[in-house]
Amino acid sequence: MSKKTTTTAPLLTMLNVHIKGLSDETWVDIINGVDLDLRRGEVLGLIGESGAGKSTLGLAAMGFCRDGCKITDGSIEFDGLDLLSQSRQQLRQLRGRRIAYVAQSAAASFNPAHRLIDQFCEAPLKHDVMARTEAEIYATSLYERMNLPDPDEFGYRYPHEVSGGQLQRAMTAMALSCRPDLIIFDEPTTALDVTTQIEVLAAIRDIVKQFNTAAIYISHDLAVVAQMADTIKVLLKGDEVEQATTPKMLKSPKEDYTKSLWAVREYARAEQPPVTGQQPVIEINNVTAGYSPRQDILKNVSFAIHKRRTVAVVGESGSGKSTTARVITGLLQPRMGSVSFAGTPLPASYQDRSRDQLRHVQMIYQMADTALNPKLRIRNLIARPAAMYLGLSGRALEDRVRDLLRMIEMEPDQYIDRLPSELSGGQKQRIGIARAIAAEPGFIICDEVTSALDQLVAEGILKLLDRLQSELDLSFMFITHDLATVRAIADEVVVMKDGDVVEQGPKSEMFVPPHHPYTELLLGSVPEMDPTWLDRLLDSRGADNIGDAAIARMK
Amino acid sequence: MNNLLFMIVKRVALGVLTLILLSLLIFLSVEALPGDLAQEILGQQATPEAVAAIRKDLGLDLPPHIRYVNWLGGMLQGDFGTSLALKRPIIDLIAPRLQNTLFLTLYTACIAVPLAILLGMMASLFRNSYFDRISNASALSAISMPEFFVGYILIYFLALSGYFPSMANITPSTPLFEKLYACFLPALTLTLVVTAHMMRMTRAAIINILALPYIEMAHLKGVRPSRIIFRHALPNALAPIVNVVALNLAYLITGVVIVEIVFVFPGLGQLMVDGVRFRDVPVVQASSLVFASAYVGLNLLADIISTATNPRLMRRK
Repeated sequence: MSKKTTTTAPLLTMLNVHIKGLSDETWVDIINGVDLDLRRGEVLGLIGESGAGKSTLGLAAMGFCRDGCKITDGSIEFDGLDLLSQSRQQLRQLRGRRIAYVAQSAAASFNPAHRLIDQFCEAPLKHDVMARTEAEIYATSLYERMNLPDPDEFGYRYPHEVSGGQLQRAMTAMALSCRPDLIIFDEPTTALDVTTQIEVLAAIRDIVKQFNTAAIYISHDLAVVAQMADTIKVLLKGDEVEQATTPKMLKSPKEDYTKSLWAVREYARAEQPPVTGQQPVIEINNVTAGYSPRQDILKNVSFAIHKRRTVAVVGESGSGKSTTARVITGLLQPRMGSVSFAGTPLPASYQDRSRDQLRHVQMIYQMADTALNPKLRIRNLIARPAAMYLGLSGRALEDRVRDLLRMIEMEPDQYIDRLPSELSGGQKQRIGIARAIAAEPGFIICDEVTSALDQLVAEGILKLLDRLQSELDLSFMFITHDLATVRAIADEVVVMKDGDVVEQGPKSEMFVPPHHPYTELLLGSVPEMDPTWLDRLLDSRGADNIGDAAIARMK
Repeated sequence: MNNLLFMIVKRVALGVLTLILLSLLIFLSVEALPGDLAQEILGQQATPEAVAAIRKDLGLDLPPHIRYVNWLGGMLQGDFGTSLALKRPIIDLIAPRLQNTLFLTLYTACIAVPLAILLGMMASLFRNSYFDRISNASALSAISMPEFFVGYILIYFLALSGYFPSMANITPSTPLFEKLYACFLPALTLTLVVTAHMMRMTRAAIINILALPYIEMAHLKGVRPSRIIFRHALPNALAPIVNVVALNLAYLITGVVIVEIVFVFPGLGQLMVDGVRFRDVPVVQASSLVFASAYVGLNLLADIISTATNPRLMRRK
C-alpha cells in the first residue's frame, strides 16, 4: 500500500454524477449521483456486480461516455479542469497523456493489425510527449520492469503472438507510456487464469507505487481489490453503498449488501463420503484425444464419477477440461480409451448412441445467453427434451414443464410464456438447468456454469444444483477454474494440467497439503480477503517465480 | 514469409483447377447449343458430302473429349483457334480488344476505387451526418439506374454540348492522352455504376470495426477520429474491401457489353456478342475463357492481398 499524503488537493473530484443510458429507446439511470475523491498516489477500488455502473463511472473519470450514454448532471474535475466543459479536442489531449485506461480484455483492446510497440508509441508521439526512439527505449524499460520476456524484442510482436497475461501487462505498460497522473484499471485480470492474474497484479501494483500514479481499480472480485486499493467504494445499481479504507471495509462492512457480498465466499456444502465398491455412473478410462492426429489435448485421462457425487474438474485454460466434456458427450471421438455409463461402454460418437444413452448425459453451459434459442419461449425450450426423450405430449407435457419450472424456483404462470431475452442472467441459467433435467438424466456436465454470473446469483445457482442433486439422484461433473466454486460444491476434485490429471481425490484432502506442485500453485494463487496476501505471497515465492514463470519452472 | 508463399502456391493451384473446370463447362455448354456448325456455314442448300467434308476439315467429326483436349491444349500454347466467321486467328481478334477492355477497366478503376474508399471512409467518419446521407443516396441512385441510361444521360449533358466525344472508337495507334479523352464518358459511366457497391462496403466494413474494443481503446488514448478510421479501422477492414473491389473490377472486364455498345467502344464484350450472333463457336469459347481467367485471377489477387495484410494469418505462432 502506498503512503498517502492527505494534505494535497484531490487530483480527481466527481460530485453528484448522474449518467443515463439509452435502452430500448428510453433513457434509464446508470449512475444516480455518485461522489468520488482521489489524490495523487492513491488507489480507489470500485466494487459491484455487473450493471452496477463501475465501468461507466470509470470512463466518466476520463470525460468519456460510450455510445448511447450521457452524463446528465454533476461535475467532474481533474486537476483543476472541469472535464464536462472541455471541448472534444481538449479532452483528447488529456486522454492517453494525463489519464490512461487499461481495459478488461487486452486481447480485444489491442489492435490486431499493429505491433505492440507501435501501439505503445502512438500516444507519446501524437501527444508530443516523446520522440519515437525515446518512446521505444521507454517501452523496453517498462517491458523489463513488468518482467516481460525479451524486453528488447517483445514490442516487435503482434498481439496474437503473446499470451494473455503478457498482453495484459503490455497494456498496463502502454497506459504508462505518457507517464499519466491517473490510470483507470477496468477489471484488468478478470479474463485471466489465477496463476497469470498474480503476475499482472504484482506488475500493476509495483508500477503504481513507483510512479506515484493515482488509480481507480474496478473489479467484481473483492479479494483482488483488497490487494490493490487503499480505499474501497461499493456500488449497487448506480448508487454508492458505502466507502471505507480497505482494512476497515474488510473487517467491518456496515451495509447489509456489502456483508452479503462478503458472505458469498463462505458458502460450502458438506462433502459426501466417498463411494466404494459401487459401479460408477460415469467412468473415463485412459482417454487420449485431440483435434488433430498430431497433437493430443488429453493424455491418458481416467477418473470416475459416482452416483449423487459432484466431481469438480479444475485447471487453467487449455488444460483439457472442456475437451474431456466433449469426449463424454460424444462430440469428440477419443483416439484411445473409452467412456462408460453405469458399467456399459458408450459408443464413441454421439451419432451411434441410442436415444436413452443420449438422454442420460446432459449439459449445462457457461453462457446461458447463447445456449438458449432466443426465438423460443420458455415453454418450448423446456418441453423439447421432455417430448423428445420421454415422449410426453399435450396435458402431460404442459404439467411436466410447470413442474420443472417449480423445481428451479421460477413461478410457472409468470415465466412460462417469456422469451429468454425477458429474463435475467441467473434466470436464464436456471432455464438451462431445467432443460437439462427435463431429460431425466443420470449425469450432468456443468461447464463453468457460474463464471459468467455475479457472486450472489452464482451462489443461488450452486444451492439449486445441490438441492436437485439430492432430490433427483444426479451426478455432476463440474468444470471450473474457480477454486471458490470447488470449495462450495465439490465432493471430489480432479486437477488437470496440459491434458494430464495431475492430482485427484476428495475435496477435504485437496485443500490440505501435501499437494502436487501444480495444485499447490493453483491453490496458492487464489487471492484471499486479506490486504497483505499479495505481499506475503511475493515475499515467499519471489517476484520472478509467479505466473507463467512458475508454471514454466514446473515442466 | 514462407506462410505467404505456401498460401500463394496453394491458391494458384486452386485457381488453375477452377479454370480447368470452367473450361470444361464452357466447352460443354457450347457443345449443347442446338444446330450444326457445318450446316450453318454452308447454308440450307449444301449437299451432305460438302457438310461432311467441312466437318472433317474443322475436326468436328472427332469425339468431344478429343476435341476438348485439342482445344485446351491449343489455348495453353497461345493458339486460340481460327474464327469461323472472319477466317482469322482468334488471337489477333482478341488481343487488341482485350487491351482496350483492360485500358477502360484500369481507367475506371483509377477513378472509382480511390473515390469509393475515400467516400466510404468519410461516410463512416461522419456517420449519420448529411454528408453520409447524401453520398449514400447519390451512390444508390447511380447504381439503381441502368447503365445505358446513365450513359445516354452523360452523352446528353456532356457530349451534346461538345465537352467530350460520345464515341469511344479508339484504335491501338491512338495516343494515350487522346485515348483518355475519348474514353472519359464510358469510364465515368462505369465509375457511377461500380462506386456505390464499393463505397457502401467500405463504410459497412469500417463501421463494423468501429464497435470493437480496440477502437474504444484508441479513443481513450486520445487518438484523432480521422486517424482512428485510417490507422485503426481501415487495416482491419481491408479484407472485405479488397474482395468487393476485385468483384467490381471483374465486373468491369466481363460485364460492360452495354456500355461498349452505347459508346461504340471496341472491347471484348462486343466481340463475344458478335461471336454468339454469328455462331462463331471458337470465338465465344475463347472470350469466355478470357473472362473466366480475369474473374479467377482477380479473386485470387484479392485473397492474397487480404491475407498478406493480416498479421494473424501471416505470422502464426
